[in-house]
Amino acid sequence: MNTLNVIKTPGLYIHIPFCLSKCPYCDFYSSTSVSLIPYFLNGLFKEMERHSHRFKRFDTIYLGGGTPSLLTPKQLESILMEVRKNFHLTSTPEITMEANPADLNPVLLESIRGIGINRLNIGIQSFDERVLRFLGRRHSLNQVISAIEASRKVKFNNIGFDLIYGVPGQEMDSWLQTLRQALDFSPEHLSCYQLTFEPETPLGRRFQAREFHAPGDDLTHQFFIETSNVLSEAGYIHYEVSNFARGMEHTSKHNQKYWDHSPYLGLGPSAHSFDGHQRWWNHRSLAQYLDEIQRGNLPIEGKETLTLEQLRLEALYFGFRTKKGIHFDHFKDRYAFDLWMEKKEILRRLKAEGFLLIQHDHLSPTPQGFALSDSLALL
Amino acid sequence: MKHIRNFSIIAHIDHGKSTLADRLIQYTGMVDERNFKDQILDTMEIERERGITIKSQAISLPYQAQDGEDYLLNLIDTPGHVDFSYEVSRALASCEGVLLLIDAAQGVQAQTLANLYLAMENNLEIIPVINKIDLPTADVDRVLEQIDSELGLDPFSALKCSAKEGIGIEEIIEAIVCRIPPPKGKPDSPLAALIFDAQYDPFRGTVIHCRLFDGTVKAGEIIRFMSNQAVYKVEEVGRFLLTRQKRDRLSAGEVGYILAGVKTVSDVHIGDTITLDDQPCDAPLPGFKEFKPVVFSSIYPIAPEDYEDLAVALEKYKLNDAAFVYQKDSSIALGQGFRCGFLGLLHLEIVQERLEREYDLSIILSVPSVRYRFTLKDGSTVYVDNPAHYPDPGSIERGEEPYIRATLILPERYLGAVMKLCMEKRGENSKLNYLGPGRVELIYEMPLAEVIYDFYNRFKSITQGYGSFDYDVLDYRESNLVLVDILVNGEKVDALSQIVHRDQARPRALGVCEKLKEEIPRQMFKVAIQGAIGGEIIARTTISPFRKDVTAKCYGGDITRKRKLLEKQKKGKKRMKMIGSVSIPQSAFLAVLKSDTDS
Repeated sequence: MNTLNVIKTPGLYIHIPFCLSKCPYCDFYSSTSVSLIPYFLNGLFKEMERHSHRFKRFDTIYLGGGTPSLLTPKQLESILMEVRKNFHLTSTPEITMEANPADLNPVLLESIRGIGINRLNIGIQSFDERVLRFLGRRHSLNQVISAIEASRKVKFNNIGFDLIYGVPGQEMDSWLQTLRQALDFSPEHLSCYQLTFEPETPLGRRFQAREFHAPGDDLTHQFFIETSNVLSEAGYIHYEVSNFARGMEHTSKHNQKYWDHSPYLGLGPSAHSFDGHQRWWNHRSLAQYLDEIQRGNLPIEGKETLTLEQLRLEALYFGFRTKKGIHFDHFKDRYAFDLWMEKKEILRRLKAEGFLLIQHDHLSPTPQGFALSDSLALL
Repeated sequence: MKHIRNFSIIAHIDHGKSTLADRLIQYTGMVDERNFKDQILDTMEIERERGITIKSQAISLPYQAQDGEDYLLNLIDTPGHVDFSYEVSRALASCEGVLLLIDAAQGVQAQTLANLYLAMENNLEIIPVINKIDLPTADVDRVLEQIDSELGLDPFSALKCSAKEGIGIEEIIEAIVCRIPPPKGKPDSPLAALIFDAQYDPFRGTVIHCRLFDGTVKAGEIIRFMSNQAVYKVEEVGRFLLTRQKRDRLSAGEVGYILAGVKTVSDVHIGDTITLDDQPCDAPLPGFKEFKPVVFSSIYPIAPEDYEDLAVALEKYKLNDAAFVYQKDSSIALGQGFRCGFLGLLHLEIVQERLEREYDLSIILSVPSVRYRFTLKDGSTVYVDNPAHYPDPGSIERGEEPYIRATLILPERYLGAVMKLCMEKRGENSKLNYLGPGRVELIYEMPLAEVIYDFYNRFKSITQGYGSFDYDVLDYRESNLVLVDILVNGEKVDALSQIVHRDQARPRALGVCEKLKEEIPRQMFKVAIQGAIGGEIIARTTISPFRKDVTAKCYGGDITRKRKLLEKQKKGKKRMKMIGSVSIPQSAFLAVLKSDTDS
């Protein structure tokens, strides 16, 4: 297990915990007190220093949030400068930034291109105005279109769109229309998420108060399979439950680290880190985060050391969520469990039912299998 | 002897028997107000909660009557349910008279009649007592009329009271003294004592409750049980006051207890006659019968590791319940357990509740069954109370099942609906008696198996609670019986097999299939649930697979939260029973088994 993690190059995640307005469905941590940005950056840089001895070299950086595109070009530049100061990067790192379409003006785009950001993930969510309104997004359809066009103009050639389906009342046509409009821009990457009603969000509370009905399992299953079909026909690889890439070179290298037990360092409030044995997570509060750093501590709220059994369960879970699937020999070497020998009968059955492809010593879920990956992990 | 009165209170359930008993105890000054706990005779928590008496109890009440003489009134409390009618009959056999208690609002009910007949069989003096006269719905005149027309008793002999309010208690006690005859018997004759109950005392062994008809008994004597010739040395005799009170001897006419080092109550047979070993009486007292369980079910621990605890609990429970029988059993679906025999469905429920409550066990019971009789082609006869032991169908010449005589009393307006229910339950040879204006007595002969399956609840609901029901077991009758198996994806779930009449097989199987469909969560594969007689499928439902359970997002590295959820689900899955590749939650078994009993 040790050997394995040494080979894998870690990824760096930086959580920018600010938003101009909070989207009612989102349960990622963020604050609307944008005046605190300078204080946050100050703390972030100190946090980096504390980890510089532990994580030396990254080949991916991911600026997530929150809304990283809220930061000024200068602030973004300072972040990447501090990263380079404290850590080594490989020669061609993947550097992704999440962006709200409303923020993507030519000036910002030009400058972030200049500081080395080479992958943009745009939170478009929908091309249907009604859906954008339900989701409480602050951007308009026009802003989406001009943001994409502006990004292409400054030669961003690795752009991903985030889209959401399964909004209450949404019909298949609305979603297919959104997909078609997205495809018109030929994005390199698409993340298509089913809307979930997280209990601790305003939308989740409205859902629990039965203000609206969530679309049923059969309908969301249709959305899911239809999405896979449409995008496959358009030449995209369905490489993870919610992720599609126009060729393997356009998959998100950073996100894959979460799915194959690669190490990663997460900086900023609520960010999670993993070093191959331990996982730890920062305070989910900007105030607490800054307070700990101020006092010379790491802003860690909790940590856990994973047992082999826990790692195995996670690996199964991810195996059934990714097209890469599970290589029986590798799995046995890493997690000390002969999946094929132990579960032969049910795996054959799952293959016969069309949930899995099994070739030689390797299994790979089909889109129908992706849809069942939570249960498959418990097989 | 002329200062002893042995009496009992008999009533339909909920007509206030225990409350009246408490008032009598209070009135005779046995307990002062401060220490008074309602329903003293119902010592078990469960008795108090359900408001019914499960075991007989006895208490001796010293009383100075208006004639100035001191009397000893021996009250023998009786179980108040049809399952225990044999115990009732033995308690009544120990008395010279009864208070026949009738609820002023509800009037005469099925058990009022059944109890009256038992009292008459024993030639007892019967004092009708109308209780609950304080209720706004009380209709004393109507009840007096029923006493005349339905019970054939003298309405002028009836007393009126409210046990709850303490009204009319003195008149009742005086009537006990004046109207119930003193016991007869010859103290010089050989000992003849009737056992009407037995209870287990962890320090002294079995406490034998008995009524002496002839002779005397004292510590040091050797007694003999006439049913099995077992002999014991008497350690102590005495009376029941609030606690046991040791005496030098018990003599003819008295009610009391004997301690004789008898290890378990199962060694004592209710209705048996005790005599002296060296000077036995000529013949045992009449009416002795062996306990015969009529309802059977298997008990399994919900968690297999609780099996040992269950075994210990049953052993302890059995110490105090001679009517309960059990032996080891095992099921592929439910694991190791015990096959148990009960006097009836109420008895079954009481055992279940006590095991859960007093022994803190989580248990599951299989579908209750009666004991069927099969004559095989080779001429032999087998009794089968467990579907697992159903004979090879090809070898069966003839199947028979036990029948009962059901007595139902109900307002005439429900007659049609109740008759329909009884027909559906294969009732036959019906008799209809008009008891009085608007009230009928309906008598049916029907299979016991039909009564233990969803009969009582439906009867109660059809008659909106105004119907009452009683039964006694008749005989075995030929019946077209089949074994119905339940299959989940082709695999038999042995715990759900049932022996039923062919006509009921399809609806019964479909009922189980549908219940399982409700309770088994959707799985990754289609699940077929079938009911079958041998290879013939007679019912079928299908659980369509779920197709999507995936969590949309998994990035940002917060994998811990998701994994914890998976770990929890995994634990839940482990608790399920696997039938083939289908995981069935315990709740599914519980739901099916529960829907099949008549609770």
